[in-house]
Amino acid sequence: MIGSVPPAVVFLAGALLIPLLRGKLRAAWLLALPLLGAVNLLALHDGANWGGLELFGHRLILVRMDDGAVDSMSFLFGVLFHIAAFLGILFALHVKGAVEQVAAVTYAGAALGAVFAGDLITLFVCWELLAVTSVFLIWARKSARAYGAGMRYLMVNVVSGLLLLAGILVHVHETGSVTFGALNPGRLDVLALPLAAKLMLAAFGIKCAFPLLHNWLTDAYPEATPTGTVFLSAFTTKVAVYALARSFAGTTELVWIGTAMACFPIFFAVIENDLRRVLGYSMINQIGFMVAGVGVGTALGVNGAVAHAFNDVLFKGLLFMSMGAVLHRTGKINGSDLGGLYKSMPVTAGLCLVGAASISAFPLFSGFVSKSMVMAALAEHDFDVQWFLLLFASAGVFHHAGIKIPFFAFYAHDSGIRCREAPLHMLLAMGIAAALCLFNGMLPNVFLYRLLPLVNDYQPYDLTHVITQSQLLFWSAMAFTGLKLTGLYPPELRSTNIDAEWTYRKGAQALMWLLLHPLARLGRGFETLVLTTVPRALTRLGGEVHAEERRSRGWLIGTAALIAVAVLLGYLLLDFVRGS
Amino acid sequence: MDEQERREERRHLFDNPRNVKRVIGLLAGICVALLLLDLCYTKRVHYGAERLFGFYGFYGFVGCVFLVLAAKELRKLVMRAEDYYDR
Repeated sequence: MIGSVPPAVVFLAGALLIPLLRGKLRAAWLLALPLLGAVNLLALHDGANWGGLELFGHRLILVRMDDGAVDSMSFLFGVLFHIAAFLGILFALHVKGAVEQVAAVTYAGAALGAVFAGDLITLFVCWELLAVTSVFLIWARKSARAYGAGMRYLMVNVVSGLLLLAGILVHVHETGSVTFGALNPGRLDVLALPLAAKLMLAAFGIKCAFPLLHNWLTDAYPEATPTGTVFLSAFTTKVAVYALARSFAGTTELVWIGTAMACFPIFFAVIENDLRRVLGYSMINQIGFMVAGVGVGTALGVNGAVAHAFNDVLFKGLLFMSMGAVLHRTGKINGSDLGGLYKSMPVTAGLCLVGAASISAFPLFSGFVSKSMVMAALAEHDFDVQWFLLLFASAGVFHHAGIKIPFFAFYAHDSGIRCREAPLHMLLAMGIAAALCLFNGMLPNVFLYRLLPLVNDYQPYDLTHVITQSQLLFWSAMAFTGLKLTGLYPPELRSTNIDAEWTYRKGAQALMWLLLHPLARLGRGFETLVLTTVPRALTRLGGEVHAEERRSRGWLIGTAALIAVAVLLGYLLLDFVRGS
Repeated sequence: MDEQERREERRHLFDNPRNVKRVIGLLAGICVALLLLDLCYTKRVHYGAERLFGFYGFYGFVGCVFLVLAAKELRKLVMRAEDYYDR
């Protein structure tokens, strides 16, 4: 349709105007951007045909098409990112800093560019843009910790970009094509994949927060501004899940990787004190379900993965918003410092509970209709061990995200903190997110399931599923209650829990110490040896030179002559030995 | 002023320990009721274990107790001072 543009353009061009506007006009423009984007997106959906651009002999496809219409998976993520951008902007309406606002809007634009990219070059540009725009949401906190976390975040994400670039170069060299499509169509084992696919899988894996590559997320997200984390939680990892679903569906190793992602973070989440870091671990847990769904690779598995990504942006966004509101009002985010805030922030507490119920997959809440798709896909294809482990992870997520987050922030012991309720615009953003969580949970067929990219006949609401899921969750709540009442539950403590990041955070410190101390001393010793000790010794060997003469001529001439003589002698000796 | 504040505090739901007990009682009641529901319908499930009476409740309860106790042990291994990385 004439008049529609690639979705990213609305945000990237719109961001340019932000610094030029002031006050309410700027706020209105910010809110209008995702709405304009949504109108553009619907116009695109109704029949746009973006032929693409030529660059270096390659065709760049900014709007991925499929059978004459916008690609359905791209469209789902497009809708999702418009909703996320609107909610994030509404939540951050009090923020005055243009840098943070421009960063957030261009970040959303980069995410949209990535999910609509039909070629690898556009994907790479957007992939890097995601990193360099979003890091300003971390640095905007303006603390030393945020600066360090932002640098580490940038480094890890740029490495992901470099791996992607390397993969693209090899892929183009081998196939001559820049089209972004299935990279494992034969459903091979990871080790049997071509090098290009391996490199790109590693790039996607970093941004997906695969095990041992995950700490950039738990390191940086909690250090961002209260509003910045809301944006961060929506885009980067979901773009990565999209990329994985697009190109590696049916790669069965992903089922094990997803299972590991769902299981190990919940142990860290239980003992973590910073409630936004708890949500960071929880985010990896939820992405684990998505990765597992992609790994199964059937229509149900992939639909489940993207449906869960859709719901996760909403309920995780809601939880991050509620914790952002707490941080905004109290200046605190550690479980050990909070408690009893339902007295001051009852509406925020209630909305947080909706997010908690949604992530926990209670019937009628959104997680129930999407997480179960992944579980059903696993069971259908006999991923038995993984199924039981993911069932454990489902109970665990309720424990740490469903109960721990609202309990330690809003209930538990009364911390004595009294503050005002969250500002109206924050409550509105949280309210809309909560309404969407309920809407998707109660009426999945009306909206969510209609957006799914593959044929879907899954129905989540049957008696067995409702009762068994309720049993799982209520008895998990009983376990929490029992452990709290008996004093077995670990208290919230001000602490740092070391994780895989220890290797590079302490490793880098150790490397610097090594460079600055023993190696520097060695270097100084070597310098002394070469410039002082050896020349003196050689000078002495060269015979007695009058001190006055030595001062006047310096040691260099004599030394140089002696070194030359020594080299010549050595050469002659070698020649003699070889000749004989 | 202090007296007024205290009166206001009393209005909150969980300041009354009886309300906390009521919530716990309600939770226990729901748990038992859900367990008994297993006797009242035919489960449509995939795995044999799921057919066992109270399987999901048992799995959730035991799983969470294991999670917390294991996490406590993990804390012994990984917990450091708050400024560990800043030093």
